Amino acid sequence: MSDTTAEEPTRRDFLYIATGAVGAVGVAFAAWPFIDQMNPSGAVLAMSSIDIDIASIPVGQQVVFKFRGHPLFVRHRTPKEISEARAVSVTDLLDPDARNANLADGTPASDANRVEKAEWLVLTGVCTHLGCTPTAYEGNWNGYLCHCHGSQYDTSGRVRRGPAPQNLAVPVYAFTSPTKIKVG
Amino acid sequence: MRHNIAFAAAALALCFAQPASAAVGDPRPPKDVHWSFESPFGHYDIAEVQRGFQVYKEVCSACHSLDRVSFHDLISTREDPTSGIGFSEAQAKAIAAGYKVPAGPNDKGETVDSNGQPLTKPGTLADHFPPPFPNEEAARAANSGALPPDLSLIVKAREGGPQYVYSIVTGFHEQPPAGFTVLPNKYYNPYFSGWNISMPPPLAAGQVTFSDGTPNDLDHEARAVAAFLSWASEPKMQERKEVGFGVIAFLILLTVLLYFSYRRVWHGAH
Amino acid sequence: MEPKAPYVPKTAFTRWLDTRLPILRMLDETMMTFPTPRNLNPWYAFGAILTMCLAIQIVTGIVLAMHYVPNADLAFDSVETNIMREVNYGWLLRYTHAAGASMFFLAVYIHIFRGLYYGSYKAPREVLWILGVLIYILMVATAFFGYVLPWGQMSFWAATVITSLFSSLDQIIPHLGSTITTWLWGDFAVGDATLNRFFSLHYLLPFVIAAVVGLHIWALHVPGNNNPLGIDVKSPQDTVPFHPYYTAKDAFYMGLYAILFAVIVFYSPNLFGNPDNYTPANPLVTPPDIIPEWYLTPFYAMLRSVPQKLIGVLVLAGALLTLFFIPWLDSSPVRSNRFRPLMKQLFWIFAADCVLLGYVGSQSADAAWNLGGFSLPLVWLARAATVYYFAFFWVLMPLVGRVEQTKSLPDSIAKAVLSGRATSAAPAE
Repeated sequence: MSDTTAEEPTRRDFLYIATGAVGAVGVAFAAWPFIDQMNPSGAVLAMSSIDIDIASIPVGQQVVFKFRGHPLFVRHRTPKEISEARAVSVTDLLDPDARNANLADGTPASDANRVEKAEWLVLTGVCTHLGCTPTAYEGNWNGYLCHCHGSQYDTSGRVRRGPAPQNLAVPVYAFTSPTKIKVG
Repeated sequence: MRHNIAFAAAALALCFAQPASAAVGDPRPPKDVHWSFESPFGHYDIAEVQRGFQVYKEVCSACHSLDRVSFHDLISTREDPTSGIGFSEAQAKAIAAGYKVPAGPNDKGETVDSNGQPLTKPGTLADHFPPPFPNEEAARAANSGALPPDLSLIVKAREGGPQYVYSIVTGFHEQPPAGFTVLPNKYYNPYFSGWNISMPPPLAAGQVTFSDGTPNDLDHEARAVAAFLSWASEPKMQERKEVGFGVIAFLILLTVLLYFSYRRVWHGAH
Repeated sequence: MEPKAPYVPKTAFTRWLDTRLPILRMLDETMMTFPTPRNLNPWYAFGAILTMCLAIQIVTGIVLAMHYVPNADLAFDSVETNIMREVNYGWLLRYTHAAGASMFFLAVYIHIFRGLYYGSYKAPREVLWILGVLIYILMVATAFFGYVLPWGQMSFWAATVITSLFSSLDQIIPHLGSTITTWLWGDFAVGDATLNRFFSLHYLLPFVIAAVVGLHIWALHVPGNNNPLGIDVKSPQDTVPFHPYYTAKDAFYMGLYAILFAVIVFYSPNLFGNPDNYTPANPLVTPPDIIPEWYLTPFYAMLRSVPQKLIGVLVLAGALLTLFFIPWLDSSPVRSNRFRPLMKQLFWIFAADCVLLGYVGSQSADAAWNLGGFSLPLVWLARAATVYYFAFFWVLMPLVGRVEQTKSLPDSIAKAVLSGRATSAAPAE
């Protein structure tokens, strides 16, 4: 063991440092598959976007689809529901953010910023308080009522009475035809 | 020491002595054909795999399911060049939509239509290739009691892999040897164990017309479908070989550094 | 063995920890300063290689278990449709775990044969050896349970054949065997109930193995390592501290082994596998040949060499249990085969014998060799090889030690090393 003390420390150390560094890089690269395997798999990602047909939803009714494991509300709004939603001033809202994934953060929560077409309201049906599914056409604003803790939303899905802190989220979606929506 | 090595070597050599006698019914070794993807640096020939997909669709899918392959598996993306068989997302969606996959109960709770047929809907990227028969019993009933196996893993599930598939598909054209009985509803194929195979010759020259102009003799059709089924059994093969090259190169570098570190540590201490 | 340089905690934190849980002291004494014979050759790196293999199996196994479904209807698909095709890097994790089992057994067989060759099982290391045999048997059980999980044809039928062996106990006590097999199966045949419990046990046993490995290393550190000369350490000149000498040396051999491992995983992942396992399990169709993985083929050959089922099972059990007795079977006062010319030859014949048994076990039950017109059924080779296996331990080991003329041992390790007699190429190898 003592034969090596005459070596120049720099040359010996460089070899050990290089070896250690290469080893550490290897460990990092090797760790990646173990981390990435927990990310959504190809099968999950293939389900991450759905096409739905809305032709058969009559006015004044809502259909609930399943999207990424959560309820998706597609509500065919009546003219009354639309006008009630539009009559509200953004300053009266508990949550002024539109919470629309199709728009930038911080966009004001006017009804126009909550829908692509006025008569179709597309929302993620998850109460922003603790995750229960709100019931449609209930509550003081005839929008949604969450029975778990009493949160109420209006006909644009915006929270009007807590304890929910935020408006119901609008997912990424787009009309691919007048009767078809692609969500996600 | 030399005696011991000689002895051990002799024992080992005997291990590789070929067993005797090809008995009647012993499958003939597969034909010696090769594909682009077999070498360590090999990759699937996308054009060939697409031709094979066409053969599967037009010929094999009448009887053989491909349960484990999903329509989104067909997609090749720029981010992941080893994925898929060269189709874009739009093309794969169109392929999927051309198939009918089982649909759940309708709003009335019915699972069959007015003709008693199960309800179906057009396929999406998330769906798998639908089987030609709803269950094993129906498959057997349509094929004189024989069950056409699912082809998703056939290349890995048979000794000889793609060579075996090619040999079976092209091996129907010989006369059985004198005295050999071909059983009813079966065909003579020396590459199949027992020589009596339930599948009629599936491919003939000119059966499929390839849009890229590749000749459609039996050899090309068979090579194409074997290539496609190889991809279906192992869609990650190309990624595996590419990652492997990087991993082994890295390990060689690391081991060389470890070697010199070891020698440096031990200098003078042996 | 007492370490040369006592551990002294250098920071306030390490001093604080040392008086509450001296884990850093333990690590320092076992892996840093531990005096290790200076003449260990590459065959001694396999302990570290085995630790690497166990770690790889556990880590890949745990992440695979995040995606695997232990249900008879879903298991095959969870592996072949989900893990192999959809899960990110799932193919890599599965192939590493499957090839890893083979790499684990390859390393353990080299490790065991090294122990046999250098007499590492002899006093005072008997308990070390016994713990090692226990680890090996746990490995065999773990591998057996693990192979059933993909629920392919070979998974199912190997489970059926091996669990059915217990039914031979009916001949000793009526109904005992069938009661045991029904209890093992949880059903009247191998099925979903069996699969679920095998999954549970497959997840459990590696951690039992890890615990026994801890005991194995503890038992090693009491007397310290054996060495290729088989003579005791007599002075500090015979040893070097484990770190950096053997950490560096073991790391290099682990690197070489990792390269071999990677070549198999990335370029020939189905090399050790059986194509029949890519067909989903079918209780109504038996494959033409039921063959275990290569590392169990020697025992399979022994089992099949005896036509009577119960005797075959006893031979198989006896082959494994024999290993526990080795420290007391070998009568030679000399440890290392380097100085035992007769035992050395018998050892190599034994090694070839195991390879032969493995070959016969990998062939179908009625296979035969054509030797110039004369057909030799392989089962006769297996019988001869099994006789030698048992004779090697129960007859030759006790006798040879008494009669052979051993070579004279060097005075000490340091003398042997410093006298220029290279430790890895002794003259009369």
